[in-house]
Amino acid sequence: MVSDYWYISVDPYRCVGTGICASAAPQHFALVNDVSTPLAERVAPDQAVCDAAECCPMEAITVRDRDGRIIAPEP
Amino acid sequence: MTDIPQVSPARPYPFSPPVRLDLDPTYAELRRTQPMVRVRLPYGEEAWLATRYADVRTVLGDPRFSRAASVGRDEPRMTPHRVTGGILSMDPPEHTRIRRLVARAFTARRVEQLRPRTRHIADELITRMIDSGPPADLVTAFATPLPITVICELLGVPTADHDRFHVWSEAIVSTTSLPPERIREYRDNLHAYIAGLVAERRTAPRDDLISALIQARDQHNQLSETELVQLIAGLLAAGHETTVTQIPNFIYTLLTHPDELARLRAAPQLIPTAVEELMRWVPLGVGSTFARYAREDVDLGGVRIRAGDAVIASLSSANRDETVFDDPERLDLTREVNPHVGFGHGVHHCLGAPLARMELQVALAALIDRLPGLRLAVPESELTWKSGLLVRGLRSLPVTW
Repeated sequence: MVSDYWYISVDPYRCVGTGICASAAPQHFALVNDVSTPLAERVAPDQAVCDAAECCPMEAITVRDRDGRIIAPEP
Repeated sequence: MTDIPQVSPARPYPFSPPVRLDLDPTYAELRRTQPMVRVRLPYGEEAWLATRYADVRTVLGDPRFSRAASVGRDEPRMTPHRVTGGILSMDPPEHTRIRRLVARAFTARRVEQLRPRTRHIADELITRMIDSGPPADLVTAFATPLPITVICELLGVPTADHDRFHVWSEAIVSTTSLPPERIREYRDNLHAYIAGLVAERRTAPRDDLISALIQARDQHNQLSETELVQLIAGLLAAGHETTVTQIPNFIYTLLTHPDELARLRAAPQLIPTAVEELMRWVPLGVGSTFARYAREDVDLGGVRIRAGDAVIASLSSANRDETVFDDPERLDLTREVNPHVGFGHGVHHCLGAPLARMELQVALAALIDRLPGLRLAVPESELTWKSGLLVRGLRSLPVTW
């Protein structure tokens, strides 16, 4: 799993710009015109990405593994 | 390196005692002339106050500003006592570790499932008002029981105990309405009560949030027992002190803006947009609190904030910023572009925001639907407002229909 990657996506239609992800994980998310945007879509596994996805009240953030399985948020 | 001269001494803050839902014009003047200003709150050390929208969002959302750093400082505050602990005194990643446990119960999707039940409760309360006949006090007959019933059912707190914990919850929003020793006593009572419920649910779990949080603590060791009790007490108290207050604030605002109310009655599909505009326009807070501390020197709003300086951010002022909102003083229930910060911004963005939105939408929809002739039962000048709290709200709202 050392060389594994995670994939981050943000649904801009769900995002309401709370800024939770961008301040909890500024190394991964930024608000661009009030909409969250991943700084990189492919990232090394990082708990902060999952925490941000779990904390999003709109469930706008999805974290997947390289096989497309959803890692966060939990259903 | 030359220090930026301190032009004027710290101003006492809040600038004036709260009057109804009027926002002190000093904010508009400061946004224009001195967007970062030194202030002194009733207790604690001096702070910077941010009044412009962009600066407010930076203070609340930029990781260079910390809530955790307030622990151990003489935090600027409205209350003689210090409020420490809880997720509002944490930064990521500790904050996120705890917030994620409870955030799942408050997503827009999960809260949407509570909408039919919430409408049912609202309808029952209105039916009771109709059966008793007008006039009625909207605060006690409707605005108080609605959010309390919803948050109790969600958490798994017996609604029958509401008389007790409703009294204690005032401690969470009290500044001077209660003497300091009473605030401590109520807070302790609330925590002891929640600890009792936690012990009960640990023996006999149910399908409720308290049981789910206990499971998270016991199986994954993700929460300390104190964190667990503080979190639930916070959810219970915040889950009703705010919405209980905002429903009457919204209805009062609509009844005193008859043209806007008429638009809403003619087009109830505007209710979600109207709730956002009311969240923007109603200055719920009396002043601002929960100071952030700069972790490093930050240039903001034309001043240099030094590492270790305290900064407070005015949500109400940001929501009236003329560079963001057209005609910001005007209540416009059809306002389309409305990135208000009524629920805050950044990691501490209101955890209950989706729940509050849903409850406020349901409250307005039910009242507009069932009581089309709703109006004040007394002249506006006779309405009485609460004092000594962190929030503005009506003591009672006598209405007829």
